[in-house]
Amino acid sequence: MLPEISLNVLDIAQNSIKAGATLVEIEVARKPEEKRLMLSITDNGCGMDEEQLEHVIDPFFTSRSTRKIGLGVPFLKQAAEASGGDFSITSEKDVGTQVKATFHTDHIDCMPLGDINSTIFSLVTINEQLDFTYTYKVNDRQFTLDTREIREILGDVSFQNPDVTSFLRAYLSENQLEVEQQ
Amino acid sequence: MKSLEELKAIREKMQGQVGVRSENENGTRVVVGMATCGIASGARPVLNELVKQVNDRKLSDVSVTQTGCIGLCQYEPIVEVYKPGEEKVTYVKMTADKAVEVLEKHVLGGTVVEDYTLNKIKL
Repeated sequence: MLPEISLNVLDIAQNSIKAGATLVEIEVARKPEEKRLMLSITDNGCGMDEEQLEHVIDPFFTSRSTRKIGLGVPFLKQAAEASGGDFSITSEKDVGTQVKATFHTDHIDCMPLGDINSTIFSLVTINEQLDFTYTYKVNDRQFTLDTREIREILGDVSFQNPDVTSFLRAYLSENQLEVEQQ
Repeated sequence: MKSLEELKAIREKMQGQVGVRSENENGTRVVVGMATCGIASGARPVLNELVKQVNDRKLSDVSVTQTGCIGLCQYEPIVEVYKPGEEKVTYVKMTADKAVEVLEKHVLGGTVVEDYTLNKIKL
């Protein structure tokens, strides 16, 4: 098990990257009164055929050839279901894949969201050739980070430039706080 | 709400400077395993610390990248250092602090931190 929902996000997004996605869209939506946290990760990677999709929730299935175990997707499914929530994965060959999970945040077995900003920061800075959108919602308040917009402003300045990395960290944390203030 | 406005200033400041991290063939590559096993063992803070250090120190000939499962899940987080002309060094059971030490002593100083290497532990 991964101890935080945000680490599952990082892990599932790695699947998207491996699937050759050029755009990965991540959304975390919280509804505190309803005690729900919804997560979705959508990519435009190579997708899976029906047979692969059927097996993807099986821990003893993996696209890897080095070993016969793949735990990423089963971990997220288990984490969501342990909280009384739901998990779904849909995919279409050559179109992309969408993973969705709902967590019941008042359940004792619901793990914390954790440091989601660190996850997004890792993904964005280390995969500079790919685009990401990240939306964080609390009820109807939200903010989005879209690397396409950032790229347009920055031109050829790297996301790993120290000024840019400090900006990204501040952008994520300040906007998260603001969205959380009701 | 913090806007993207500040990025324009950063862009202007960088204008004319070499801003792009080019894939330098003569540079050192520091690779962090970021598969499920690595992430579960704490690879995220290791990766983020390395990115931070490399940028804070303006190390233009060091690049930090990620890879999938290296096949030694029980020794994650794993960091591999590829220096040009030298054999790859695999560091195991890394933490953010150990990674900084490796960056200083090995990547910059040229001395392998033997204690943290895969060779040091009994397989």
